[in-house]
Amino acid sequence: MSVAVTAGDEALTEAARRIAAEFAAPNADDVDRNARFPREAVEAMREAGVLSSLVPTALGGGGASVAAAAEACFELGRSCGASAMVLAMHQIQIGCMVNHLDGSAWFEDYLREVVAEQRLVASITSEVGTGGDLGKSVAAVSEPADGQASFEKQAPTVSYGEYADAFLTTVRRAPDADGGDQVLVLTKREQMEMEPQGTWDPLGMRGTCSPGFVARASFPTEQILSTPFAQISNESMTPLSHVLWSHVWLGIATDAFDRARAFVRAAAKRKPGEPLPAAIRLSELMSELSLLRAEVSLALEEYGTLISSDRAKLSEMATILRFNNLKIAASEQAPVVCQGAMAVGGIVAYKNDTPFSVGRHLRDSMSACLMVANERIHKTDASLLLIAKEV
Amino acid sequence: MKDQIRQVIREHAHLSVDVETLGDDADLYQAGMTSHASVNVMIALEDTFDVEFLDSMLKRSVFESIDSIAGALQEVGVPA
Repeated sequence: MSVAVTAGDEALTEAARRIAAEFAAPNADDVDRNARFPREAVEAMREAGVLSSLVPTALGGGGASVAAAAEACFELGRSCGASAMVLAMHQIQIGCMVNHLDGSAWFEDYLREVVAEQRLVASITSEVGTGGDLGKSVAAVSEPADGQASFEKQAPTVSYGEYADAFLTTVRRAPDADGGDQVLVLTKREQMEMEPQGTWDPLGMRGTCSPGFVARASFPTEQILSTPFAQISNESMTPLSHVLWSHVWLGIATDAFDRARAFVRAAAKRKPGEPLPAAIRLSELMSELSLLRAEVSLALEEYGTLISSDRAKLSEMATILRFNNLKIAASEQAPVVCQGAMAVGGIVAYKNDTPFSVGRHLRDSMSACLMVANERIHKTDASLLLIAKEV
Repeated sequence: MKDQIRQVIREHAHLSVDVETLGDDADLYQAGMTSHASVNVMIALEDTFDVEFLDSMLKRSVFESIDSIAGALQEVGVPA
């Protein structure tokens, strides 16, 4: 497949805007209604080289910054939450590999393959029997024999599990390792057996197609990242997830706000000069959107600085608290904005088939508090707040 | 100092093994200390030695072994 590799940030944001307008937006309602994979948008991402935008230029990738990746998630989120979330999750997996491959020749080769073949990477982090704690695994890497190992993992959700080319999976380091002693393994679909479990008919984010799977894999041990997962989680997976997800949610909320604004403008044109109660509500809504935007932008700026120049600080408890709070705050505020937009538009916003509909936005945004349950994050934060100093 | 550290670990780290079987450089997380338990260890250390750790010290790697904890305590002024 021939691929026009994006060069840098501008190329990524330009591609994301174009794909959002030409592929994500026109299919968003159909993707949502049928809970189907946003294949048009993802195919367009492949053709534009977006799937390797975070791979360093030294390995042939786009070499884009986290800021550009976040901007791309935001732009797609304004058109189709599911497409944006698929991109966000893929970028998180690539970011983890780029940041923590630690000179591994196998992972460098794999990232070159991502560039050449535009591989879509998903994650298998949640697991039955861990109570939603991603820092614990039941599944373990088997005792290696002739450099080969295997695992079997029961995952309650694997986003785009039917459509990904490879998976980054958390497992215990060895059969006798403690539940928290985890590693990340990258396995290709052809090295795996993915057995679907249950159905996928959720309230929102329907196009992410995230049913459960039993994942079985057999692989050479060089496909295990040598850095412990606890460190990868602190430095990359958790903060990057929270930064990119929150940009998706901001995109969804921004589109809901834009639809409310379009509704008010249309009403104002119909009755020029007459008082418009909806216009006041819209103004109130703008301050809610601004709060969300401020939190999301500030966190992005902070992560961009830390990952490039002060990575050790990402492991400090005060920093972990900060990025956990981003997730909680953004996931609670995005549905507030979407619901506010519905209140502005009234029945025409409530109906699913008007230019001012925000039902999909509201439903999509309500998934935010479940993606790593806020309650669990609060529990972690409650503990960290006892010891951290400046937060 | 290390005896007092071991005492704190015994009471708060909830290890899956007896702390006396571990060397000063053994990885406490691999011995079963959870993130949540590690916070209780930090609080108990601050209390026992009457010190406050700096934010820059409050991270996983600083509390991963008895040796690294001893190093952190010296950094905030506890004599070796």
